[in-house]
Amino acid sequence: MSNQEIIIDGPNVVHGGDTAPTDMHGHEHHEQHFIWKYIFSQDHKIISKQFLITGIIWAIIGALMSVFFRLQLGFPDSTFPIMEKFLGDWAKGGKLTPEFYYALITMHGTILVFFVLTAGLSGTFANLLIPYQVGARDMASPFMNMLSYWFFFAASILMFTSLFVETGPASGGWTTYPPLSALKEASLGSGVGMDLWLMSMALFVVSSLLGGLNYISTVLNMRTKGMTMTRLPLTIWALFFTAVLGVLSFPVLFSGLVLLIFDRNFGTSFYLSEIFIGGKALPHVGGSAILYQHLFWFLGHPEVYIIMLPGMGMASEVLSTNSRKPIFGYFAMIISLIGITLLAFLVWAHHMFVTGMSPFLGSIFVLLTLLIAVPSAVKVFNWLTTIWRGNIRFTPAMLFALGFVSLFISGGLTGIFLGNSALDIHLHDTYFVVAHFHIVMGVSAFFGMFAGIYHWFPKMFGKFMNNSLGYIHFFITFIGSYLIFWPMHYEGIAGMPRRYYDYSAWESFKHFQGINAFISIVAIIVFFTQLLFVVNFFTSIFRGRKLTNPNPWGATTLEWTTPIHPGHGNWVGEIPEVYRWPYDYKDDGHGNDFIPQTTPLRPGEEEH
Amino acid sequence: MSGFIIITLIILVFIVIYQIGKASEYAAVIRGEEKVKASTNRTIAILLLAMFVLSIWGIWMCNDLFKGKLLPVAACATGVNYDMMFNMTTLVTGIVFFLTQAVLFWFAFRYRSTGDKRTTFFFPHNNKLEIIWTTIPAIAMAILVAIGLRNWFDVTSPAPPEATVVEVVGKQFNWLIRYPGKDKELGKRDFRKINDANNILGLDWSDPHNMDDIIAQNGELHVVVNKPVKLLIGSRDVIHDVGLPHFRMKMDAVPGITTTLWFTPTITTDSMKLITHNPDFVYEISCDQVCGKGHYSMRGTVIVQTQAEYDKWMAAQQTYYSQNAPGAAPTTPAAAPTDAPKKDSVKAVTMK
Repeated sequence: MSNQEIIIDGPNVVHGGDTAPTDMHGHEHHEQHFIWKYIFSQDHKIISKQFLITGIIWAIIGALMSVFFRLQLGFPDSTFPIMEKFLGDWAKGGKLTPEFYYALITMHGTILVFFVLTAGLSGTFANLLIPYQVGARDMASPFMNMLSYWFFFAASILMFTSLFVETGPASGGWTTYPPLSALKEASLGSGVGMDLWLMSMALFVVSSLLGGLNYISTVLNMRTKGMTMTRLPLTIWALFFTAVLGVLSFPVLFSGLVLLIFDRNFGTSFYLSEIFIGGKALPHVGGSAILYQHLFWFLGHPEVYIIMLPGMGMASEVLSTNSRKPIFGYFAMIISLIGITLLAFLVWAHHMFVTGMSPFLGSIFVLLTLLIAVPSAVKVFNWLTTIWRGNIRFTPAMLFALGFVSLFISGGLTGIFLGNSALDIHLHDTYFVVAHFHIVMGVSAFFGMFAGIYHWFPKMFGKFMNNSLGYIHFFITFIGSYLIFWPMHYEGIAGMPRRYYDYSAWESFKHFQGINAFISIVAIIVFFTQLLFVVNFFTSIFRGRKLTNPNPWGATTLEWTTPIHPGHGNWVGEIPEVYRWPYDYKDDGHGNDFIPQTTPLRPGEEEH
Repeated sequence: MSGFIIITLIILVFIVIYQIGKASEYAAVIRGEEKVKASTNRTIAILLLAMFVLSIWGIWMCNDLFKGKLLPVAACATGVNYDMMFNMTTLVTGIVFFLTQAVLFWFAFRYRSTGDKRTTFFFPHNNKLEIIWTTIPAIAMAILVAIGLRNWFDVTSPAPPEATVVEVVGKQFNWLIRYPGKDKELGKRDFRKINDANNILGLDWSDPHNMDDIIAQNGELHVVVNKPVKLLIGSRDVIHDVGLPHFRMKMDAVPGITTTLWFTPTITTDSMKLITHNPDFVYEISCDQVCGKGHYSMRGTVIVQTQAEYDKWMAAQQTYYSQNAPGAAPTTPAAAPTDAPKKDSVKAVTMK
């Protein structure tokens, strides 16, 4: 399929590149109504901004929730009247109720895992980078792409609404294991809040599938001339596998959720068996609560990689660009991505070692889980070799990419403990797990995202973000993340369970009170530092320093060959042809230290 | 009021930081961007290296601070194996952690740009290196898997036949412990027969094995030192989890499914008080699977005793049957007292 085809855009037709090149840029906004240009837009660039800004709003809400429950964990004997202003009766007199504490941790997890680090991360960067970097005027189906955002938006509205229902939002943990989540008698949050959670997640799956199918078909079909698969930047490879993971695993979550809806509302017994609750025995017999966990983690584990892979891709790109060196082991990077993607589907039951499953089955999952360490190690060593003997520019994006590698190492190594069932049996569901996954898929993925935002902000808005604020943001966030999550490992090793409202009655855990208070204080500081980033982001959109050079970082990839303010269709005139791989950071013979992908090979020059 | 003052202060701090950021941007333009870039680059590189050195020092201090507070003393043989494996994994990952982080920060510092357009080392790939660092982690993982699986099959092996069998049942929000009594056999139970007033576990009174069963509603699990004990784990309502940090054991309590775990305690509670220098020491059972609002208060205890102490304690226990005349029990579960869940929430609150 040619990329030169006409793009249909709302009620107005915008011309493809070959019809009237000059119209592509400059005149288009006169023709389009505001609603079609900025709201129900089919332009991948606008949709990516919509995902990003929605994601930022969700991230602030989700992080604020963590501040509230960290106050409870750090200072269980104090009251904070300001919380009552935010939470009303849920924090009467300034003290969280246990019900709402559980609702907060559930929502914090759901929001950050799905709404921020899935939709906000791959929604933003897949939309922004795939058409740009493969050399396409837009996605394979811009209309589906628009739907993808609006399904996400609808899911967001439902989830947000659930925060305000009388019995509170879902409160059974972000994994919402039945029977706790299936029975209204089991907890307040299993009432209307849980119904809204389920509906919201169902819409979210739809959004994710519409987006994912689009990303896959765009990468496979819409590459410009000369852009073979082996000339794709690693960001595209990573986003491609992210989409593959999502498309293959989200439907399984969907089926799990549908069965849960049936159990909750229509009297089926998929997950329920032999339960006595609320003073009476329920009629359900024969279901298995563990079935849900299999269905959930069949998505839940690939989900971790859905969150991680975009960060890996962007870190690769940013590290290479700012070291002025090619990424080391381009093919090894792709092969390790393939390895991670395949293994991601085969390890889900390592979340379930202590559910009473067969020890033999457990041993298979141990083996497969620890195998993931191999491709992960390859990636880390390749990143380290990439910066070796480079000429490193410490842009904020580069700092976050370096931070990403550091956190990925730290969090990955603790995974070796948890993936080994013999060690997991003690560490399971303790703070060790909390520390592990927050470092490796929470903070680390956020660092990948920040690297991406700082790096591609000039492309998105034609302005720079403020560097000094970026540096402050990086150092406080990086040090703060370690200060928050490092001590949690110690608590977990001592066996301190996660998701507790108060530890003061426990002889084995109460001596960690001091460290919990410390963690809470750091968490609050880090939270406000993120607001600094938000301020920097929004003020830079309007008041940031203007871009004068369309390729400010001296990068080789195609997105920097577009104008500073590209119209719908990205390139004025022909889409450029690609002649080389995306990491030719070497002397071009004219005093530049990079050769764009669009430069033909010099006579006698060998392709990578 | 103080809340507003704090918010105002925070906003002011924000404005100040923002203005500094903006000002530095203008200053850079005036002083010449290339020059500023080079000096910033140097500052950042030094900061990164300093941060790494400080972090390593911090980790050292932290480990010192927590010495002896981490893995609690293992009170069973498999627990000792666990600790060996844990320490070995920590050593391996610790070395990798230190080396890779050191390399990362050293490279960042060493290869910082100094402003010139230095030609970098064009080094796109090297298959030998890739093979080396694929093989080494693979071998390391194989060793860890081997040790892990040996321990795993050890702890999940069937309990020895002489093990004492005790049933542990979770409910929102406490643990019910059932001992088999003199006949050493647990009788049948049925969730439909549960009644919070007089048949808390739904014991089937037509099964004679139930007649001498003892139920501890205070969550106290009494076990004999150096004698294997096998727990049959169940749940009345939602998923709970029997967490035994001192025995390095954990197992979910799932409604409708019976799970098991077994261990041989080697240190009595009294000796443990001396070992830990804590007169209040007690082995605790924590619920490790979120189970509702009282999850954090779902606490049980394990009392490890000598055989003599255990026998004495056991002799003082009354059977559940004798405490709850079954003749008076309502036959339909629907007639159960409706205030049952309320009682739970009171318990959860008073627990604290």
